[in-house]
Amino acid sequence: MKPTNIKDPEYFHKVVDCQYACPAHTPVPEYIRLIAREKYTEAYMVNWESNVFPGILGRTCDRPCEPACRRGRVEEEPVAICRLKRVAADNKGDVKQHMPKGPFTPNGKKIALVGAGPAALTVARDLAPLGYEIHLYDEQKAGGGFMRSQIPSFRLPESVLDEEVNYILDLGINKHFNHYVSSLKELLAKDYDAVFVGSGAPQGRDLPDMAGRQEGAANIHIGINWLANVAFEHINKIGKKVIVLGGGNTAMDCCRTARRLGGEHVKVIVRSPFAEMKASPWEKEDAIHEDIPIIDNHVPKSFVIENGKLKGMTFEKVHAVYDDKGKRKLVPTGDADVFFEADDVLVAIGQENSFPWIERDLGIDFDKWNMPIVDPATFVSTNKRVFFGGDAAFGPKNVITAVAHGHQAAISIHMNCMGEDMAQRPAPFTNLLSQKMGIHEWSYDSEVVTDLRYAVPHADKTLTLTNRKKEVELGFDVPTGFKEAERCLNCDVQTVFTESKCIECDACMDICPTSCITFTVNEDETDLRAHLKVQATNLTQDLYVSDTLPTKRVMVKDEDVCLHCGLCAERCPTSAWDMQQFLYKVTKAEHACQHH
Amino acid sequence: MTYIRPKFRHPGLPKNELGYTLAQYEGALSTLCAGCGHDSISAGIIQAAFDLNIQPHKLAKLSGIGCSSKTPTYFLSNSHGFNSVHGRMPSVATGANLANRDLTYFGVSGDGDTASIGMGQFVHVIRRNLNMTYIVMNNGCYGLTKGQDSATADAGSKNKSGHVNLFESIDLASLAIELGASFVAQSFSGDKEQLVPLIREAMKHPGFAFINVISPCVTFNNNVGSTKSYDYVREHIEGTGTKDFVPMMKEITTKYAEGTVQGVKMHDGSDLQLHKLANEWNPEDRISAINAVKTASAKHEILTGLLFIDRNTKDLHHLIQTAETPLNQLGENVLCPGNEVLKDINAGLR
Ligand SMILES: Cc1cc2nc3c(=O)[nH]c(=O)nc-3n(C[C@H](O)[C@H](O)[C@H](O)COP(=O)(O)OP(=O)(O)OC[C@H]3O[C@@H](n4cnc5c(N)ncnc54)[C@H](O)[C@@H]3O)c2cc1C
Ligand SMILES: Cc1ncc(C[n+]2csc(CCOP(=O)(O)OP(=O)(O)O)c2C)c(N)n1
Ligand code: SF4
Ligand code: SF4
Ligand code: SF4
Ligand SMILES: [Mg+2]
Repeated sequence: MKPTNIKDPEYFHKVVDCQYACPAHTPVPEYIRLIAREKYTEAYMVNWESNVFPGILGRTCDRPCEPACRRGRVEEEPVAICRLKRVAADNKGDVKQHMPKGPFTPNGKKIALVGAGPAALTVARDLAPLGYEIHLYDEQKAGGGFMRSQIPSFRLPESVLDEEVNYILDLGINKHFNHYVSSLKELLAKDYDAVFVGSGAPQGRDLPDMAGRQEGAANIHIGINWLANVAFEHINKIGKKVIVLGGGNTAMDCCRTARRLGGEHVKVIVRSPFAEMKASPWEKEDAIHEDIPIIDNHVPKSFVIENGKLKGMTFEKVHAVYDDKGKRKLVPTGDADVFFEADDVLVAIGQENSFPWIERDLGIDFDKWNMPIVDPATFVSTNKRVFFGGDAAFGPKNVITAVAHGHQAAISIHMNCMGEDMAQRPAPFTNLLSQKMGIHEWSYDSEVVTDLRYAVPHADKTLTLTNRKKEVELGFDVPTGFKEAERCLNCDVQTVFTESKCIECDACMDICPTSCITFTVNEDETDLRAHLKVQATNLTQDLYVSDTLPTKRVMVKDEDVCLHCGLCAERCPTSAWDMQQFLYKVTKAEHACQHH
Repeated sequence: MTYIRPKFRHPGLPKNELGYTLAQYEGALSTLCAGCGHDSISAGIIQAAFDLNIQPHKLAKLSGIGCSSKTPTYFLSNSHGFNSVHGRMPSVATGANLANRDLTYFGVSGDGDTASIGMGQFVHVIRRNLNMTYIVMNNGCYGLTKGQDSATADAGSKNKSGHVNLFESIDLASLAIELGASFVAQSFSGDKEQLVPLIREAMKHPGFAFINVISPCVTFNNNVGSTKSYDYVREHIEGTGTKDFVPMMKEITTKYAEGTVQGVKMHDGSDLQLHKLANEWNPEDRISAINAVKTASAKHEILTGLLFIDRNTKDLHHLIQTAETPLNQLGENVLCPGNEVLKDINAGLR
């Protein structure tokens, strides 16, 4: 193999598994260390800069970082990254003093944002301090998008949402709430330099042709519409027996909300096997904990109506069969159909995009699924003045993805407005700093603790089920937060190897607790992977290969299960190994332009 | 302050026939200087014990005094250990071995511990052909006492303070061959590919097995002018074939030119392929082996690999015909047969 180019910022970035997996590339270990040092305000600001909504995300993030976390490869569970973020938010001091403060000198440019969800709010936050006049439109009465209308208060208290949305609105954003944009053409006719579409994926899927759908309409609700109605307090009760159709997170929010509005016998009924449901494992657990059975392998067949009123539903029993390619098919078991009683049914079987307000003659191309054609790097549509982001760009995802899109779209809008080529994306900001303090001393806490993941305490069920707004999760207290923070392996403290200093004494190879390092003859990657001290079978993790050493061998480090314990560097007599903290920050609009 | 070894190990660590991973053969975290050759030898010992499927509780590690003699703490924590007095490891090993022949005996010593204060014990344990492995971690100095020249330091070799050694060195390998050792090998701490198979074979050898391992002291004897530094040793073992001794299982043997490989049947039936280091040299012939070592050292080369082996050796137990059962498994009535038996013996001597 060729020697690894550690000058390429993406090499070490990839070693920081959590940060790499985070769509917004939040410097996770950086803020976890700050939490361990009780620097909550600073930890919050590291988050705020990257993901804009630390308090919200610390409760609701889909947390793609956690399955990626290295710790999950050396013991049972990853670091509770998401809930640590909440520790920062819960314990922070005055953060506002660290945020940009208006009024900002206008730069003469004006932009419109359609939808006030996380994507558009991120664009607003990144561009307002640069002097843009920002107009934010949403049909709802307040900002937040789905974070307000969909995510129930028992998972995300309104006060937390308001606080973080207001940090942005306070930057001098022109708010146009209760304002549905019914024509993009009209908007474009105004003097906006750019329009950002962050209108989400607001259409809930229905079962329009199923027997009984029309007759039972009064008691059959589209999940996301129903949740919005609950959030905005248009609905405050539901029947005693409730069926929730679907296996995603929306279904989980629907069933748990139903339990709080009077549903005593709430069931989730899903087509797929339990293990393959789309909902996150923790959402399923929480639902089950609230006495909600999840009945899998049942395909809805009909709504049963009696005397013009919904009585329940029938289902066909199926089981999953997989073909050679692992593709799943749900095959009827042949058993008799099953009937479940219901006073109300919530249909939570998916969401779709819908752009009835975008005319098709504006130079914005749509594909055969009626989705706009959007550049995945710049987020520009085929009309250079119109940008898309969040769920509106590539279909329903999550808050953190919407934020990541928002940052990139803001960069594009800024570069475009300043006459720069938005295809030339700005390089990330990086920094590499030795952590050596003394012979066995590092400026990071290199000891690897064996503590298993700590569970977040929950409020008592009798309280939470009777009050829709009572938050279920209580968050880590400070001592537990510290202990959980200590589980982080500091993957950003990189093992940096300088071959010219190596005397090939093997000390690092011998000491490494997880057998990461091998000195061997160079080969191509496949052979090298097979011939290391322990075979490197995790192909998603890179091999760090040195240049040829005096004995004609190379140093090969499999990054897979490195604990970043620093022992290799401590045992190295010549400091050929050093532990260096790598900071990687995605460049934001503020620093995107070369000339402005 | 850290210096704490994490508990986690690679989840994919291979297991041996006993179901153990290398972790079960580890010791405490070493307190030797970073980069000390001795640590690398410890890692080789761990690997060899793992490879041989040794039950850790069936092995006893013994040592004298010195940095080298400290190393048994850093490997095989689940084995028996005896850190004895300076130069006295062989007598403790002899006692232990005579009492219980069922254990594998693994002795670790230094060049100071062996070639100076322990020389008398060393030559006698060879003479007696005690069934054990005896490794000298040879750094040409007294590491533990801050690097004074040892008896294996080469004449003319310069130490860290600039002092040039005036005295001829003792060559432990040729001495061992001359004294009748039945297995003599030489290696380098920085070459595990050679060292690990040598340790394995030494542990399987049914008699006294000696390995002299050159093991640089990074702190006191790794300077320019030293003949025991990493750089010097690497330069001077080049060309003599670092992979001269490999088990049959590995296909590396094919790398050697035809006619230079010699197969040796071992006592346990396994086959060893030996790369002949020097022409006209027969590792089963004592005189030829000594010649090869001397010829190499005349050329300032360090000959590494298996230098000599006597496959039909008889160890001390055979020679003095001791009981086959370890003493701790014999009942008191057998060990102390009583007055009547004593009277019989005495009568037989009258
Ligand atoms: C029930 C449910 C629970 C969820 N839970 C989570 C969770 O726990 N964690 C997570 O990360 N994600 C969750 N999501 C997904 C997440 O809410 C979305 O992915 C995210 O909010 C998308 O952000 P966005 O900026 O693209 O737009 P959205 O948040 O969807 O906001 C779009 C806004 O645009 C407005 N709008 C649309 N069209 C117009 C128009 N023409 N004129 C004016 N306004 C308009 C809408 O009213 C809406 O307020 C959940 C989704 C649902 C349905
Ligand atoms: C009876 C006795 N004499 C002297 C010493 C001092 N002493 C301790 S270690 C040592 C030499 C060790 O040299 P070596 O065996 O080569 O070990 P190294 O530290 O080099 O590995 C000496 C002389 C001692 N401990 N005991
Ligand atoms: S251990 Fe810490 S730095 Fe490493 S992936 Fe997990 S959270 Fe990130
Ligand atoms: S930091 Fe060094 S010693 Fe520790 S696990 Fe990583 S490679 Fe091994
Ligand atoms: S003094 Fe020399 S022999 Fe002793 S531990 Fe240090 S490097 Fe090794
Ligand atoms: Mg010594």
